Amino acid sequence: MSDIHQTIEDTIKTNAVVLFMKGTAQQPQCGFSATVVRILYHLGVEFKDVNVLQNQEYREGIKTYSSWPTIPQLYIKGEFVGGCDIVREMFESGELRSLFEEQDLISA
Amino acid sequence: MTDSVAETMKKKLEAAFAPAELEIIDDSHRHAGHAGARPEGESHFTIHMTSARFQGLSRVARHQAVHKVLATELAGPVHALSLNLKSDQTP
Repeated sequence: MSDIHQTIEDTIKTNAVVLFMKGTAQQPQCGFSATVVRILYHLGVEFKDVNVLQNQEYREGIKTYSSWPTIPQLYIKGEFVGGCDIVREMFESGELRSLFEEQDLISA
Repeated sequence: MTDSVAETMKKKLEAAFAPAELEIIDDSHRHAGHAGARPEGESHFTIHMTSARFQGLSRVARHQAVHKVLATELAGPVHALSLNLKSDQTP
């Protein structure tokens, strides 16, 4: 495994919820990243934000690690959940809230 | 005359998924001047597609199947692609 893939794996294993995004949770630099941040804040879940714009290696590495060509990317308990479209779909259907509840990341 | 990016994606998606419904929307004008936008447009798209081929596939797997078919476009002119993928007509 390459160094960057190892770093990514360590990050998603040591943080329950990780959002790889453009910009920071405080200051997203892209509308799609901002949408996911808003949803996570709305659900009241704690997450680690990783700004891929700060590190070109991360920006490319996360795409190959997840086999997913775009950013943002959401990981929950080490599992890739999806990008902006999937997160929004799961939020609208209530599945995302259920998933966080099942994982004890928010209270029911 | 070469096909537009939208036309190329339409042909590829029709060949790969035989969709019951396919709509490709060019959102590029909404991102003019923004990072990743190209002066000639055709950088930001939304695709709505319904295909029986998605049956039994997770959301992530559906998206990955489309990403694979459009890999050339995603590595080139297409900066952002929003996907709404359904397996059948019922919501």
